[in-house]
Amino acid sequence: MTDSKYFTTTKKGEIFELKSELNNDKKEKKREAVKKVIASMTVGKDVSALFPDVVNCMQTDNLELKKLVYLYLMNYAKSQPDMAIMAVNTFVKDCEDPNPLIRALAVRTMGCIRVDKITEYLCEPLRKCLKDEDPYVRKTAAVCVAKLYDINAQLVEDQGFLDQLKDLLSDSNPMVVANAVAALSEINEASTSGSPLIEMNAQTINKLLTALNECTEWGQVFILDSLANYSPKDDREAQSICERITPRLAHANAAVVLSAVKVLMKLMEMLPADSDFVSTLTKKLAPPLVTLLSSEPEVQYVALRNINLIVQKRPDILKHEMKVFFVKYNDPIYVKLEKLDIMIRLASQANIAQVLSELKEYATEVDVDFVRKAVRAIGRCAIKVEQSAERCVSTLLDLIQTKVNYVVQEAIVVIKDIFRKYPNKYESIISTLCENLDTLDEPEARASMIWIIGEYAERIDNADELLESFLEGFHDENTQVQLQLLTAIVKLFLKRPTDTQELVQQVLSLATQDSDNPDLRDRGFIYWRLLSTDPAAAKEVVLAEKPLISEETDLLEPTLLDELICHISSLASVYHKPPNAFVEGRGAGVRKMLPARAGSQETVLETASGVTDPPAVIPAQDSLIGDLLSMDISAPSVPVPATTSVFSPPAVDLLGGGLDSLLGGDVAATGTAGSAPVSQSTTGLLGDIFGFSATPASYSPPKSNWLPAEKGKGLDIWGTFSRRNGQIQMDFTFTNKAMQAMAGFAIQLNKNSFGLTPSSALQVMTPLPPSMSHDCSLPLATTGAIQRMEPLNNLQVAIKNNIDVFYFACLVPVNVFFTEDGQMDKRVFLATWKDIPAQNEVQYTLANIQCNADAVVQKMQQNNVFTIAKRNVEGQDMLYQSLKLTNGIWVLNELKIQPGNPNITLSLKSRALDVAPGVFQAYDAILHT
Amino acid sequence: MVSSINMIHSLFIINSSGDVFMEKHWKSVVSRSVCDYFFDQQRKVGNPEDMPPVIATPHHYLISIHRCCMFFVAVCMTEVPPLFVSEFLHRVVDTFEDYFSECTESIIKEHYVVVYELLDEMLDNGFPLATESNILKELIKPPNILRTIANTVTGKSNVSATLPSGQLSNVPWRRTGVKYTNNEAYFDVVEEVDAIIDKAGSTVFAEIQGYIDCCIKLSGMPDLTLSFMNPRLFDDVSFHPCVRFKRWESERILSFIPPDGNFRLMSYHIGSQNIVAIPIYVRHNISFREAGGGRLDITVGPKQTIGRTVESVMIEIPMPKAVLNCSLVPNQGKYSFDPVSKVLIWDVGRIDTAKLPSLRGTINLQSGTTAVESNPAINVQFTISQLAVSGLKVNRLDMYGEKYKPFKGVKYITKAGRFQIRM
Repeated sequence: MTDSKYFTTTKKGEIFELKSELNNDKKEKKREAVKKVIASMTVGKDVSALFPDVVNCMQTDNLELKKLVYLYLMNYAKSQPDMAIMAVNTFVKDCEDPNPLIRALAVRTMGCIRVDKITEYLCEPLRKCLKDEDPYVRKTAAVCVAKLYDINAQLVEDQGFLDQLKDLLSDSNPMVVANAVAALSEINEASTSGSPLIEMNAQTINKLLTALNECTEWGQVFILDSLANYSPKDDREAQSICERITPRLAHANAAVVLSAVKVLMKLMEMLPADSDFVSTLTKKLAPPLVTLLSSEPEVQYVALRNINLIVQKRPDILKHEMKVFFVKYNDPIYVKLEKLDIMIRLASQANIAQVLSELKEYATEVDVDFVRKAVRAIGRCAIKVEQSAERCVSTLLDLIQTKVNYVVQEAIVVIKDIFRKYPNKYESIISTLCENLDTLDEPEARASMIWIIGEYAERIDNADELLESFLEGFHDENTQVQLQLLTAIVKLFLKRPTDTQELVQQVLSLATQDSDNPDLRDRGFIYWRLLSTDPAAAKEVVLAEKPLISEETDLLEPTLLDELICHISSLASVYHKPPNAFVEGRGAGVRKMLPARAGSQETVLETASGVTDPPAVIPAQDSLIGDLLSMDISAPSVPVPATTSVFSPPAVDLLGGGLDSLLGGDVAATGTAGSAPVSQSTTGLLGDIFGFSATPASYSPPKSNWLPAEKGKGLDIWGTFSRRNGQIQMDFTFTNKAMQAMAGFAIQLNKNSFGLTPSSALQVMTPLPPSMSHDCSLPLATTGAIQRMEPLNNLQVAIKNNIDVFYFACLVPVNVFFTEDGQMDKRVFLATWKDIPAQNEVQYTLANIQCNADAVVQKMQQNNVFTIAKRNVEGQDMLYQSLKLTNGIWVLNELKIQPGNPNITLSLKSRALDVAPGVFQAYDAILHT
Repeated sequence: MVSSINMIHSLFIINSSGDVFMEKHWKSVVSRSVCDYFFDQQRKVGNPEDMPPVIATPHHYLISIHRCCMFFVAVCMTEVPPLFVSEFLHRVVDTFEDYFSECTESIIKEHYVVVYELLDEMLDNGFPLATESNILKELIKPPNILRTIANTVTGKSNVSATLPSGQLSNVPWRRTGVKYTNNEAYFDVVEEVDAIIDKAGSTVFAEIQGYIDCCIKLSGMPDLTLSFMNPRLFDDVSFHPCVRFKRWESERILSFIPPDGNFRLMSYHIGSQNIVAIPIYVRHNISFREAGGGRLDITVGPKQTIGRTVESVMIEIPMPKAVLNCSLVPNQGKYSFDPVSKVLIWDVGRIDTAKLPSLRGTINLQSGTTAVESNPAINVQFTISQLAVSGLKVNRLDMYGEKYKPFKGVKYITKAGRFQIRM
């Protein structure tokens, strides 16, 4: 007596058989026949040919039969629109039925039938049902409005259904409220106008919060998601919403919990970070997140992806919960990999011992991907927690002893990073590494090993033999390995020139003559010329000290992270991409932002507060000039797309500037090549290799007429400002247009916004004979008295000579205040960007810029605007730049550059927004040169 | 992101051999060819447990759960909260289990029409409608042989013609007019110990997943309060919607109008920051080094059980691939080794403290292999009756709102959850 009997077929053909049964007079037979039809439908058979026969069964008192026919209609009405009209009458009649179940069923089904002609008939019944006395009908009708909107939005608006729906937000029944919220949200999403349909005010919020406590779990998710879109007017309101939402964290439904976490994470942004409430809330958030991890693996996975965001935003929440992320051997692989990621994020000095022993355990597991990631994680721990480095290295050595091929290769890759982080500490293990040379077959591992040999060539007796052995198959190697091999052999040569000359000749000719890879050839030529013209300079360049590597390589950009925090619990949080990046035609353009903290009007000059605790490791990975010179391997572990492509412009600068100073004999400043300011390059021999001309470094506007002769009693002054060698200069051209010689020049500057003051006396040729011009420069310091000027860069000048005192005002281009130490560490940048509230962000469009991202990087760098990171997001380049003004104000910028579009969008964040206009002008001026 | 209400477009149920044997569409028909993306992914991962729960295809998202050897694949077209979908899918399977007492392919096929009706009742246009089993059962009667026969004779159907009373009340989880001759309320306090024990026998990580499952058959509208001797144990709890959260926050008392029948009242989690008693130990010694084979020696014993007996002990060891066979001798219970999956299972039974169970013998390795690629881990299962390992104790149960005296019972059980010992 089961439903499987509906599948028995006869020889005559199923459809034929069913047709005759559907037209049988006996009710019982009919019902059985419809059941058979439905059964066929569920397994995917096409039974649409029976449409008229099934619709004929619709007029019935039997609810089950009616339901079954409705089910059928929903599936096939679209394919038979003309026939579907036959059903309309019954629908309309059913909407008047005394039984609320039937009224609801009719309006619900009608909404699912996506046939225009039927839709017209739906309006009247729907209007009634929205006001039905029975809440069950009302809540069904609410959803139906959203269905109708999807079919015909205009109709819904014209018929006033939206207003009716909004009225339902005040319904006495929480289930009706929840469905109205869901329907409105749905319509909002689909709406093209973009203006929100529900006006979220304190009153609506209060209604929603009340309904939240009483509606079903699914309704709670909708209400919470709606609340997440509301920005409370102040921190008190935010706190009270938080208080009312917190109980949801104890709900059995994981979706409710995660939606509540989303709202809380968002509202916490508005609360003072050091308040008791926030610290209590932080404590309350941990247990529910941990509990999600004991659910089914599917839930765990989604939870872990979200936790990954949460620990980046607020590491405090789970800092004591390391152990719950320990991997069980039978966790699904996708759970294992996520857990590992979070473990590294949470690793700290306090828990490193436990973490390491776990990682070592994982490195002996079966799954190759997981093992590799575990080995890399050990390397990341070493770099992140200095105290653990030694243990990490010995753990890695143990792993190398296992001789498991992929473990060895992975270990060598991370040991290379450890060497870079802690130079001259662990080189004793090199011999062990060399033993495994033959087993390395992956490019990254080979390249790493070659780098190690080159770097420590002086300590490896047979370094030449080892490198030579690689050389045999040079052309079969991966580019990464080839580049590395080239550099390593040059290093070896510089360290042991006597017996390796032949080897270096060989590799240079392989790279320059036999290779068609431009990168390899170019590098070969550079080395060749360097070595042949000035081996000492070659040494300075090739064996230069490398910048340290940073510990966090895969943090999300702060703006993206903030956006994703607003999308916790959604698909976006699983993919770690904003929804418009992957959801078709949805929510385009509306980016979500975290609310700004209320009352954070900190004083202007205290900008550096975010910078007070820079992490131990300094320059960001992107600016690793070392990359071009000797490191082709994208620094530590996890590959981050787009970061590797960044290095060329700064590296060019280094060669331009660094080499010039080398060759020009001024060797002093090149010790830490990466941070050496490249201000004046007198490009010499390398200039033509790179094909750029000897342009002076920083931008200086053309001289303008500050004091015309008619006002200066014959003294005519043209001038401008520039920054040279870290020094602000006022550049003058004095012309004597009077009839007599001038003498006794002196200058005084009024108090100004940046405290500019002459740091030496004005040196003008005296006497200045008639119709003579004289160019001179006045070095300026920023130690003078400060007074805010309007505009900020206004400077009032008094110049005196033997004739009179003259006053004039000029505008100082803000870029001269950009200091050489304006490069922010990537992590500090992330943190500061996050820290600066959203209202301190201003946007500006740089119009008509004719250069690509690389050129922008280069131009700005010459003016002490440093590029912290570069990303390519959907074809557009995102640049993150920092600069520091002489008065200690940091300015953080995000540039959005679309190829082919001459307009660049510049978003600026600073605690002192007053400087923004000046910075914009500077960008404009610099990029238009 | 605001969630869309038509979040679940379609549902496909796929059996273990990869056939789509059931589909349901809530909006328009999505061709089942969309499942090809799912199958592509499935071929890549091999193991069904490793199937990623969210798959993006060019036009759809496939969010799936794997239960009862079947995949339930929801097709979504817009930005959705994935947990919402997986929670819903789990609820669907729960409902099937509730209706048909088990959920298998053949059961679903046997009850196609009921399944279809249920799915339609649970989701409207992709929006969950009625997911409480109490309400569903009033709308669609669960099949049973007696009723099926009666329906055939009387021509009645299993679909109710009246609106369920609970649907819109303030207690939507409870139907009205419940009547029993014997009024009973049973509470099972079940605690599962999740643990990782390292080679040396020390605890790497241990926590307790506890839950209180109820079977409540009380007439009318009973209002219950349940209190504990030591509620301070709870710092991480989740409740059935019937529990009044305010009362819990202020007094640490569970106050609720229960649903009728079986349900999970609360679940709790006693985290790794507390000290968790480990009720069992496994002494193990495994070596693969000896020529032509290795040795295995396992002994199991009780620990921190407050005198209770450890029962239903089962030891499961996934052996390395190089292991061909095992010849072992248990002093109690039975063991088996599956040479295909390489899993060694030893069904120990109860632990007698006088004579500890042990399993000894040799392991045959593939000739030529000496090193094994990884160390195995031991998965342990056990049950201890009359013990909640956290020490949790129910203090009292009171009933208000009804006059009769119900029969009350509380049972404690401790079980192994995901209890692993590294070798």
